[in-house]
Amino acid sequence: MVATETIRRYPPSRDYLIPMLQAVQEEQGYISRESICEISDYLSLPESKIFGVATFYNQFRLSPPGKYQVAICRGTACHVKGSFNLLETLQRELGIEAGATTRDGLFSLETVACIGACSIAPVMTVNGEFYGRLEKKTVEKTIRELRA
Amino acid sequence: MSAVTELVVGLGSCGIAAGARQVHEALLAELAARGLKVPVTSTGCIGACHREPLVEVRTAGGRFLYGDLDAGKARQLVEAHVVGGSPVQELLIPEDYPYLARQRKIVLANCGVIDPESLEDYLAAEGYQALRKVLTSLTPEQVIAEVQTSGLRGRGGAGFSTGLKWSLARSSRPGKRYLVCNADEGDPGAFMDRSLLESDPHAVLEGMAIAAYAIGADEAYMYVRAEYPLAIKRLEIAIQQAKQKKLLGTRIMGSDFSFEIHVKEGAGAFVCGEETALMSSIEGKRGMPTLRPPFPAERGLWGAPTNINNVETYGNVPYILRRGGAEYAKLGTAKSKGTKVFALAGKIKHGGMIEVPMGITLREVIFGVGGGIAGDKKFKAVQLGGPSGGCIPESLLEVQVDYDSLTATGAIMGSGGMVVMDESTCMVDVARYFLSFTQSESCGKCTFCRIGTKRMLETLERICGGQGRMSDIDLLQELALKVRLASLCGLGQTAPNPVLTTLRYFQEEYEEHIREKRCRAKQCRALIRYRVIPETCTGCLACAKACPTQAAVGERKKVHTIIQDKCIQCGLCFQACRFDAIEVLTGPEAAAVAPTDAGAAEGGAA
Repeated sequence: MVATETIRRYPPSRDYLIPMLQAVQEEQGYISRESICEISDYLSLPESKIFGVATFYNQFRLSPPGKYQVAICRGTACHVKGSFNLLETLQRELGIEAGATTRDGLFSLETVACIGACSIAPVMTVNGEFYGRLEKKTVEKTIRELRA
Repeated sequence: MSAVTELVVGLGSCGIAAGARQVHEALLAELAARGLKVPVTSTGCIGACHREPLVEVRTAGGRFLYGDLDAGKARQLVEAHVVGGSPVQELLIPEDYPYLARQRKIVLANCGVIDPESLEDYLAAEGYQALRKVLTSLTPEQVIAEVQTSGLRGRGGAGFSTGLKWSLARSSRPGKRYLVCNADEGDPGAFMDRSLLESDPHAVLEGMAIAAYAIGADEAYMYVRAEYPLAIKRLEIAIQQAKQKKLLGTRIMGSDFSFEIHVKEGAGAFVCGEETALMSSIEGKRGMPTLRPPFPAERGLWGAPTNINNVETYGNVPYILRRGGAEYAKLGTAKSKGTKVFALAGKIKHGGMIEVPMGITLREVIFGVGGGIAGDKKFKAVQLGGPSGGCIPESLLEVQVDYDSLTATGAIMGSGGMVVMDESTCMVDVARYFLSFTQSESCGKCTFCRIGTKRMLETLERICGGQGRMSDIDLLQELALKVRLASLCGLGQTAPNPVLTTLRYFQEEYEEHIREKRCRAKQCRALIRYRVIPETCTGCLACAKACPTQAAVGERKKVHTIIQDKCIQCGLCFQACRFDAIEVLTGPEAAAVAPTDAGAAEGGAA
């Protein structure tokens, strides 16, 4: 019973499915197979439907994230200011592709469509904290400091 | 010089990201250390995002705006201005700063002025007076008539008449009806709705309450992107405050009108900005669009008549009801009234959130308000409307900002993202960028959107990769037309726009990519080569240290070289070189240095 308490804060109605998934992910870091089963029981909805919703939205992850969740913005303003190169820098520095987690569980890397901080592009966030006006050097330094 | 009465720190997301919290803390610490009792308050987005962090110093004699602050400069500000009484001239943003002076603020009037977490501040700025006027002296029909007189059109992109939309929702079949606020601002490069919700949440709530009264709804959903935690937090605070003061909830201001607002967090799906997909998402389903008609006004949330407007649209409503529709309609052009908020970003000198009257030319926005191109490069294009919009070239910069003129260019007004591009931006790459976005955000329901965009993306990748064929241009045109015709919702119907506009205005760039293998912006990696200029190279080893693939090599104080078949064209050596000793080649010049098969074997052995 990993997520039952979290889920039961909401009425057993389908329109609370997305808030439930968000709450589970907020508390556990990701949506586990068990929590999908528990939501399915609670809402009397097939697991396939819940899986369908969880995989439709970019926000939900089905595997545990790293201790530091790094997200690099790939919005238009960031793109024209070279965020693709920064993504490559991050991938090289962390040794993983976007969407993956490092083997030591320290970092996960993802891309986001736009975080709306275009005036300080290019931008990344680490656990929700913003790093703006990035250059390759500042990206490398940030990652190395977190790793230390 | 009059005494400082208040210090106001801009604490929107942009400000916080630029370090405004540290500035805020430094101000508090410095004032405490000096035993000064000047209040430090916070506000939302002041708008001059390129100068963040921003602090406004208020005195009885006037207001002084400081920009580009950090903790050290904040302490300097306290010493010189608060204690010494004289402004720090070199940190001051002048009052006639063109970026601020050329704007006309209606929706953003309170942004960066009031504290978004204070209802008292909003009330002091004529807040909820429009709602009071509506509830005490106007019928719903009169409200709708006023909005129709104002000429307000939807600010989410399509530009449908707001008054007409409301009257359709009102005249729909009787019974339960809903109001929805679309704050799923998904266009990359757009942050107007975020800033408005972070800076003046009550204005949007007031606009929604007026709309609900007009259409006869008693319940509303605000669908906000989960990527905007600060906006969600401030909205929830504002809703609580309004409820306590009976400005929301049951029997508002003692009238018979009751109205509840629920905040729903989106979960990261671009297609949910489309109204039918958004409603599916609120209902807890996959956010897939459905066929219209029936329109939401007929069958919306849970089958009930529903009115959906965008954040900025609601943000205009209190002003219209306070000052009258006719007054609002004095601003703008014949068919596009009022103002428009834009998020000015990209290669622009002065980026940020701006509000300009409709009818202003693009040139005035980019060169007047925005100060032109950063780094004094040459302007190439401005992208409007995100993945649904298009790129407008320099020759069309005299075009007016209004719905119809912008649509005629092949772009759209869109929700207000305005990304400026200079000569170092490749237009084929931009088209590819947007297609890869729409392709991955397509919900997959319609074949042409799901597969057609995929084929278009592959074609663009081929051209950027140096494998393009001249027939690809026709293929792109043909696919664009079919994707547009055979897609159900706005995402698919408009997905080809970035390709069509770049083909229309920048076809020569496509042809250069294909025929000459030349990328004039030197962005497409398959079409460029880096080379050391022997005459300028000092042998400092900077490029060799930066190179991730050991392609840049050399000995100290000797001319370096780049081994072409190890080079992945990442450009890091080019950025690292402080002597401009690395050049970027494209077209036949690049081909001349590219490794041949024999050369590759030789280089590999070396």
